[in-house]
Amino acid sequence: MALSVDIRKDFGGFQLEAAFEAGDETLALLGPSGCGKSLTLRAIAGIVTPDEGKILLDGRVLFDSAAHVNLPPQARRVGLLFQNYALFPHMTLEQNLLAALHQEPDRRVRKRKAAEALERFYLTGLERLRPAQLSGGQQQRAALARILVSRPALLMLDEPFSALDSHLRWEVEQEAAAVIEDFGGTTLLVSHSRDEVYRLADRIAVCRDGHIDAVGEKWDLFRDPVSYTGALLTGCKNLAPAQVSAGRVDVPQWGLTLTAPLPDRQVAWAGIRAHFLEAAEEPGENVFPYEVVRTVEDTFSYVLLIRKRGFEGPSLRWEMSKEAYHTLPANGLARLPPEALMLLTE
Amino acid sequence: MDWYPLLNSLRVAAISTSVTFFLGIFSAWHIARVPRALKGALDVALTLPLVLPPTVIGYFLLVLLGPKGPVGGPFLAWTGQRLVMTWFSAVFATVLVTFPLMYRTARGAFESMDPTLVYSAQTLGLSNPYIFWRIVMPVCRQGILAGTVLAFARALGEYGATSMVAGYTPGRTATISTTVYQLWREGDDALAFRWVLVNLAISCAVLLAVNLLERRESRHRGGNRFGAVC
Repeated sequence: MALSVDIRKDFGGFQLEAAFEAGDETLALLGPSGCGKSLTLRAIAGIVTPDEGKILLDGRVLFDSAAHVNLPPQARRVGLLFQNYALFPHMTLEQNLLAALHQEPDRRVRKRKAAEALERFYLTGLERLRPAQLSGGQQQRAALARILVSRPALLMLDEPFSALDSHLRWEVEQEAAAVIEDFGGTTLLVSHSRDEVYRLADRIAVCRDGHIDAVGEKWDLFRDPVSYTGALLTGCKNLAPAQVSAGRVDVPQWGLTLTAPLPDRQVAWAGIRAHFLEAAEEPGENVFPYEVVRTVEDTFSYVLLIRKRGFEGPSLRWEMSKEAYHTLPANGLARLPPEALMLLTE
Repeated sequence: MDWYPLLNSLRVAAISTSVTFFLGIFSAWHIARVPRALKGALDVALTLPLVLPPTVIGYFLLVLLGPKGPVGGPFLAWTGQRLVMTWFSAVFATVLVTFPLMYRTARGAFESMDPTLVYSAQTLGLSNPYIFWRIVMPVCRQGILAGTVLAFARALGEYGATSMVAGYTPGRTATISTTVYQLWREGDDALAFRWVLVNLAISCAVLLAVNLLERRESRHRGGNRFGAVC
């Protein structure tokens, strides 16, 4: 079971270029809105036709511009969960499922399979309701049930939780995680939320301006996001232009020259996650005196906005537990640990 | 009172509405999918009858369908049947006049429909005819119903193009609107007034029917049943 995608499409002002492979795993496309991740899913589903390239699924050619193959969406066996779930509004929940079971000739078998799916997705008793009468979570379960009864060879979820209230998200996400695990085949997840992606995916592809920048194990990506976009999308709060000179990293915006293990790439940005700043006992490597621009009390933590004492520039975000905040040493020294510094490409 | 104009009007309106219904929906569905430049041109051509004076439409139809016209001539030679000055000549006129109403309302309905409904139906493997008849049409039925009623009402009241193409022959091509004009011209105000009342009654009945349908519709729907769609 594998998906292989290598496509290009010109949308006038916007070029989509997607190339990646996925096995029996959950691959997330992580990117800001408008980066082309939803378009990539639509191209795989056959709703959008690429200008050129190739899409293979389990050895079947879904699209190949060179060989003039372009299967209609109906023949691709690809399940796509839309952001708004796209349940048919004029049909009841049961009719929605029966529509997806249209290939089964025996009406009784169709009915039975629909009932089984409803039970599996905790929707029994709601058969006769229309989509608008269901809650957001129920709608998503209904849409997933409808996709899975059609037995797709690939499951694609397009921003599956963005339409839900935040208090529903966690529960629905856990249900979706169970469905993905149950499905067992290749799953593509499109999202702009790093936390969602971290919890649900095995590997992550970072998407920017229609390009897929990097595909990697999720742990690698969060440890070393490689590019500025990667760092931004994985939630890095402190980013500033940087230059490497004489084996050290110069960050003019922070007024600091830092020591860090230098990666084997063109460094244009330096970054550090807000959790990884430290209080220092005494002066030393990457230690600087700081002043607090502002203190923000968050639900379970404190966020300090600091900068080098006497230096005018954008502040650094430093997040710590409430306990750590109350035991901060009075010397006013902070440290950027060299191993926590991320050196990034453009 | 001779009821022929009423029957003829209803007959002409019913036939032309059914023709426009399918033609208008067919064009709306397909034109929504053609490249933008072509779409603009087709849109102008298909909407033109809405803004042209009906007499201009009648003129074009006479030129085209008349016994010496490029369509009417060969047809007459082939079948011995004239295409103008018969009761069904009015159908040509009303179809042309009502077509843009149906086409534009149907297109508006199709374009305001959530396109992901069609996409999700496609990925679920549903055939294109199924998607059109069982998903698109029911979801857009309110717009399509409105277009149909408008087209029917317009067909019933068509005068300009009809009077040129079908003329006024009592008992053969007379419709309500041509009869009203003819009676008034002849000074038979009382009879003309009776036909005016008939016309008013039909129009009120049509509007009432639409309102009833809409009310039933919204009761069935329970307010926001369509959620994001409508």
